[in-house]
Amino acid sequence: MGTASDIKLIDENGLRIDGRSPTELRPIKIETDVLDRADGSAFIEWGGNKILVAVYGPREAYPKHTQDIEKAIIKARYNMAAFSVDERKRPGPDRRSIEISKVISEALSNAVMVEQFPRAQIDVFIEVLQADAGTRIAGLTAASVALASAGIPMRDLVVGCAAGKVDGQIVLDLGKEEDNFGEADLPMGILAKSGKVVLMQMDGDLSAEEFDKATELILDAVKRINEIQREALAGKFVSLALERGGE
Amino acid sequence: MAETKQIVMPGDLLDPSLGKPRNGAYKCGENQFCSSYFGIVQVSDQFVDVVPFSGPYYPRRGDKVIGKVIEVGPSMWIVDINSPYSTLLHMNDTPWRTQSGDIKKYLGPGDYVYAKVMSLNEIKESWITLKDVGLRKLEGGHITSVPAPKVPRIIGKGGSMVNMIKDATETRIVVGQNGLIWIDGTPDNVMIAIKAVKMVEKEAHTTGLTDRIQNYLKELKGE
Repeated sequence: MGTASDIKLIDENGLRIDGRSPTELRPIKIETDVLDRADGSAFIEWGGNKILVAVYGPREAYPKHTQDIEKAIIKARYNMAAFSVDERKRPGPDRRSIEISKVISEALSNAVMVEQFPRAQIDVFIEVLQADAGTRIAGLTAASVALASAGIPMRDLVVGCAAGKVDGQIVLDLGKEEDNFGEADLPMGILAKSGKVVLMQMDGDLSAEEFDKATELILDAVKRINEIQREALAGKFVSLALERGGE
Repeated sequence: MAETKQIVMPGDLLDPSLGKPRNGAYKCGENQFCSSYFGIVQVSDQFVDVVPFSGPYYPRRGDKVIGKVIEVGPSMWIVDINSPYSTLLHMNDTPWRTQSGDIKKYLGPGDYVYAKVMSLNEIKESWITLKDVGLRKLEGGHITSVPAPKVPRIIGKGGSMVNMIKDATETRIVVGQNGLIWIDGTPDNVMIAIKAVKMVEKEAHTTGLTDRIQNYLKELKGE
């Protein structure tokens, strides 16, 4: 984790620096089909994070040597805009974003029925417009919504969520200050229905008990985030159907 | 209240009492089937299908599709049929007396054909043919497209929807199973037909659509 400091991240009432309780998520808003040219797209606002996701494909994979004769490959590209953070980020892929692209690709490959598309590739572009801690899980959450809206067959929706340790306490969904000055950060990607873990990384240290507590918090939050995903997907169709229901 | 079709998400359990799961479902446990798409549940006879709201076209043998020639080889055309994989049209599968090397004079890049999927294999390579009744090169006209899963709605029961649009706009329309639609007529009428098709696409998941489209067509024609 970042530098040690004497900032108090949890006050005497047990509330966090942004006034949340330890088990509270930041506000999440998802919108689908925001881009016309993309096969599927989503925009997510998760606390201060603003992330745009576009899905293209499946289409034949190029260069040809990347094709897999048995299944599709998912190429996720996580990219942070130069203006997404306080100090200008040098544009282009760096070690961090290459790593995040890889883990997100692998997480999504576990949900998408890749075996239905031999030789194909599915492109997922994750553009972080504004970053505020937890961009990889917010990007993953939005990416699975964009894939579903592109009509790609999936076993389940993927939900991303993080927990961590701040001032010796386990809390859900770290904010920016908690991420920088906290003691541990545990982002996870979970299949909503089956509860299988498809992404897990950890920064900092947690004891076995703390890890279990953090996992429990995440699994509980996954249900809430999944509900937001479902509403985002269905919302438009339900309202149109109600309006035009007919006989 | 209006009846709406049930909307499901990937991973949602399908109600086993509705019938036997067929398309768009996968086995997710002992005697349990889940949806693999974001779409609507459609019950027909004893089967249950999940029809996705959008998505690419997957070729099936016997489908009649509209394709765009994208490349000409010495003896084959490579045709884009709005699917993840392009398809091949061999010169022997056309009604013309072609000779290897000069097939460009029959079909060039950018031309559209109405063809039938002749065969396809495990790795999704496919071949189309022009040798059947009604199959041809599409000359003139306009091309518009809808997502392939919505094609049955565009055609309607026994062709009712597309025939209604044809009659009302006095156009010739060919609907490919892959979602490409060829419309020929006077420019004004073609524009009206395209608008009607787009309306069907947008409201494909609602009920009572045929009547609404009929009114919409009257409105567009200023009646």
